[in-house]
Amino acid sequence: MSTTPGADLQPLDVAVIRKDFSLLSRVLHGKPVIYLDSAVSGQMPIQVIERMAKYEREEHTNVHRGVSTLSQEATDFYEAAREKVRKFIGAGSIKEIVWTRGTTEAINLVAQTYGRVHVKEGDEILLSAMEHHANIVPWQMLAQEKGATIKVIPMTDAGELILEALDELLTERTKIVGVVHVSNVLGTVNPVKEIIARAHVKGIPVLVDGAQAVPHLQVNVQDLDADFYVFSGHKLSGPTGIGVLYGKLAHLEAMPPWHGGGNMIRSVSWERTTYMAAPGKFEAGTPPIAAAIGLGVAIDYITALSLDRIAAYEHELLLYATERLSRIPSLRILGNANEKASVISFVVEGIHPHDLGSLLDGDGVVVRAGHHCAQPVMTRFGVPATTRASFAYFNTREEVDILVSAVEKAIELFR
Amino acid sequence: MSDPRELYQQVILEHNKKPRNFGKLESCTHHAEGHNPLCGDELSLTLVVANGLVQDIKFTGSGCAIDVASASLMTGAVKGKPVAEAEAMAEQFRGMVRGELEPGTQTPLLGKLTLFSGVKDLPSRVKCAVLPWATLHAALKGEAEASTE
Repeated sequence: MSTTPGADLQPLDVAVIRKDFSLLSRVLHGKPVIYLDSAVSGQMPIQVIERMAKYEREEHTNVHRGVSTLSQEATDFYEAAREKVRKFIGAGSIKEIVWTRGTTEAINLVAQTYGRVHVKEGDEILLSAMEHHANIVPWQMLAQEKGATIKVIPMTDAGELILEALDELLTERTKIVGVVHVSNVLGTVNPVKEIIARAHVKGIPVLVDGAQAVPHLQVNVQDLDADFYVFSGHKLSGPTGIGVLYGKLAHLEAMPPWHGGGNMIRSVSWERTTYMAAPGKFEAGTPPIAAAIGLGVAIDYITALSLDRIAAYEHELLLYATERLSRIPSLRILGNANEKASVISFVVEGIHPHDLGSLLDGDGVVVRAGHHCAQPVMTRFGVPATTRASFAYFNTREEVDILVSAVEKAIELFR
Repeated sequence: MSDPRELYQQVILEHNKKPRNFGKLESCTHHAEGHNPLCGDELSLTLVVANGLVQDIKFTGSGCAIDVASASLMTGAVKGKPVAEAEAMAEQFRGMVRGELEPGTQTPLLGKLTLFSGVKDLPSRVKCAVLPWATLHAALKGEAEASTE
């Protein structure tokens, strides 16, 4: 693995940070909760929860509705959150920030609008071998409808994409590339900037699934030159039900709307409807207002901690956990990429991941056991499922030690 | 909820490690494939039924310890039993692990299969324990596939 980034930064005060997360003082089966499942969903700090509660208690109404002081206030909070997202990912304009329900909806939106316009019979959609189902199924549905085909960028046994294959895979039939920034199974940080540059040489746009990237590393969509960048609030210490589609303005302006209804229109008559400009035309109906405001606070929280410090701290935890787990002879880690986020998937000889997951749960250790919504990755590595520990900025070395001894206990039981 | 560890008793661990009746009956009268989409568990059952009795039964497949031990213990429990009794056992077993039995209900047919009663406290694992029985039920009904979806 590469050298620790940001090693010169002031370390995080994890003991203080942990006080913001009530769940971390819960007891499961008589043991303190060890939450190593942030890749499934991040925990929200109390600041996010209290801000959302305040909105619902004292400020609740609808946005973009009427002239009341309350509605104006809610609209201001809601739009301020959009500006926080813009700044957080380095977008040029808030017009490029579309609220969605999450990563999945954002990808479906692009597939059903940009995709339906541009993908025709015989065309190709290029995805990577380590995509989440969210970045596979919407494209398969589109390909089936249009008579297009899905091509796949292969990966090595270490879990790194084979970029040498790109030149052959990017053809004049390729209409869009979808690639995950950080693999939710393998932790691999993909060289998306290079992939985007190589696709752009051939004039092909790229959608980046950033769900697992934004919590761990500083993203700048303009520096990446991404055409579309999507992520969810709940992996970023924010609430569920809110996500983001970033799209280059030229794309968003040219794309047809998707869902129709209130909020996304300029005028409606029985004869015809005219639509709002981006991002409004993609935001039909009443949005999850509290969730958007909550995501804004989550971004404030992460920004105050500093993503550089978070990345440095998590990287150190990842190295420590990798080293400790690697010492268990019957344990195999899937994904040994050079650039890796704080996610460790592993299998233990003779113990099915679901059994291991249940046993760890008995020790208060919360991990994910399963296929992680990435069955093609499981097939690639020849396993039905894995156990995955994912680390956040509030986890500690002591928690890694408890994970390791819980795994050792399970191995002992199955011996 | 009880400690998941309580479920992993020696009998279950031992049957997982050395499953009984593992294999395939070449000249079977009944067969079915069981699939648990959530876990990816797969099970293939072959049976010889004659004179209203389950004369022989074997299984192959891969899955978690709960699934494999359940299949191993099930095949041992129904072998040589009348079909009607095997069906009744399946009924009782499903009721037990789903926590649907009235308190105090006796399950005389199940014998040591009551080892799996703790599964009812682990909702995410109920389907693992039930898969072999759902597959048996499908095979006896003449259906080719069973799913615990």
